[in-house]
Amino acid sequence: MEDKDKKIESLHLKLIPYFEKYGILLLLVLMILVMHILQPDVFLSWRNVTNVFKQISWQSMLALGVFMVIVTAGIDLSVGSIMMLSLMILAVVAKAGAPWFIVVLTPLIAGFLCGLFNGLGITLLRMPHPFIMTLGTLYIFRGAGNLISGGTPISGFTDEVRYLGHGRIDLQWLGLEKSQYLPVSLVLIAIVYIIFWIFLNKSKTGKWIYAIGGNPNAARASGINVNKILIIVYSLCGFLSGIGALILAGRTDSGYPNAGLQSELDAIAACIIGGASFFGGRGTVLGVFAGVMIMGILRNGLNLMDVSSFWQQVLIGSIIVLAVYIDVLRRDIGTRK
Amino acid sequence: MSSTSNPLLEAKGITKYFGTITALENVNLKVHAGECLGVVGDNGAGKSTLMKVLSGLYKPSAGSLFFQGKEEILESPRDSQNLGLEMVYQDLALAGNLPIGENIFLGREPTKNLGFLKLLDFNKIKELTNAHLDKLKINVKSADQKVEELSGGQRQAVAIARSTAFNAKVVIMDEPTAALAIKEVGKVLDLINSLKKTGVGVIVISHRMDDIFTVCDRVMALFQGTNFAESSLSNTSRDEVIGWIMGKK
Repeated sequence: MEDKDKKIESLHLKLIPYFEKYGILLLLVLMILVMHILQPDVFLSWRNVTNVFKQISWQSMLALGVFMVIVTAGIDLSVGSIMMLSLMILAVVAKAGAPWFIVVLTPLIAGFLCGLFNGLGITLLRMPHPFIMTLGTLYIFRGAGNLISGGTPISGFTDEVRYLGHGRIDLQWLGLEKSQYLPVSLVLIAIVYIIFWIFLNKSKTGKWIYAIGGNPNAARASGINVNKILIIVYSLCGFLSGIGALILAGRTDSGYPNAGLQSELDAIAACIIGGASFFGGRGTVLGVFAGVMIMGILRNGLNLMDVSSFWQQVLIGSIIVLAVYIDVLRRDIGTRK
Repeated sequence: MSSTSNPLLEAKGITKYFGTITALENVNLKVHAGECLGVVGDNGAGKSTLMKVLSGLYKPSAGSLFFQGKEEILESPRDSQNLGLEMVYQDLALAGNLPIGENIFLGREPTKNLGFLKLLDFNKIKELTNAHLDKLKINVKSADQKVEELSGGQRQAVAIARSTAFNAKVVIMDEPTAALAIKEVGKVLDLINSLKKTGVGVIVISHRMDDIFTVCDRVMALFQGTNFAESSLSNTSRDEVIGWIMGKK
């Protein structure tokens, strides 16, 4: 009897980590299957799949940035505004006639500096919670974006500037048709996610980010400079928002005042659906990707089926609650003692 | 060991103010290699503050620290760790979301070079962790187990393992047996005894007379932030030490 218990226990111990890591992918696969059954002709077509990736391209950057912040048990509400401000700076610099390689760098630098501003505010000004600092900068950055652009859209960028968001990689040499191209933004998502996966899982700094989320006192007592790591995390989050701005500039060919409005909430939602814990220290890059995909597929699938966007809101909200409830149940099993 | 040899760690005239509050005033402390010093005192007597000064977490307002006879100024816990001074905190200072091995090496992870990248060497972490846990006779299912899945005694053992993984010369333990089941207390005390045998100087803060009288060689009492009494263990008794804690000689 005891042996049997032990067997079950060790089976649990073996299975739970896998479930924790890959459970969210099951949900993603399930969703793809359901959508495929509902829309067999369209959903898995080349055109639609690349469409989904193009649609999630800039959100996936914001979500990845917010994810790192959430791992440290923080929050960044300003990513949408950072993206908008970076986009506006890009637009103004482009309109001023700067060469493309400078135009391309501006949103990345602007985003990084905005994130640095958040990080310095949270650590040096000793804000009681990142929520407050980034709520403030949510307004500041968007206001600044409107100030420099005069609150009007600025359109028309060169092809080099638009490459990351709008570029296509021709696959005709593989014997595919001309319409079956690979969006550059998809390749970009893959590269950025792989780099950050390595950073978070294989580097000292990445491990310390998780440690700070698990127990900031432990990190501090281990000689880790917690403030420095937090500043790095918020700066990287801003930098990723800057990449998002560059992608968006390519996709829309325009800097516009409403860019990224409420996208910080989408980014947070993707992290939560993907299994990141608000208490910090938990979640994976793969999970965030799955979270972004789930939201993208849901929107795309409902659009294909002509469901009103009001229902999309209701459904995404329900999925957030459901995903977290599954997480709660999972933790009950995981910590049984 | 004999008290005539030079102390490993000596604190002289340590004073610490928090604003207008005087937490420590002119406190002296020393510990020798292979010796266990017990520090007792009532709540608020300044024990934990003193330990945090020793570990570099707080900077003293006045006073100096000598390590192996040389004066040292500690700017952060990293400085004290580099000297071989380790602290086991009362709240354990472990990250529950990380595995045992990564906790033990937190902040000092072994890395390997992959081209220009410095990546964590997980195999080495696991290998070193298993060897170290074996050496201390600490039993856990696996070095990959997350700390949050461990019992209180196992966590304490991991915290102690963590403090001794880098050839520590002095280990400071803040209430190492608080919040432990009776069965687990004995294991932790055995661990302290085996540390002493390897020549480590141990400082134990404890409320429990049983702990003090099982592992310590010398005991000192703090009272309202000052040195109140000190004695080798053979020259005192439980009742006397309890009296010191309450401020009676």
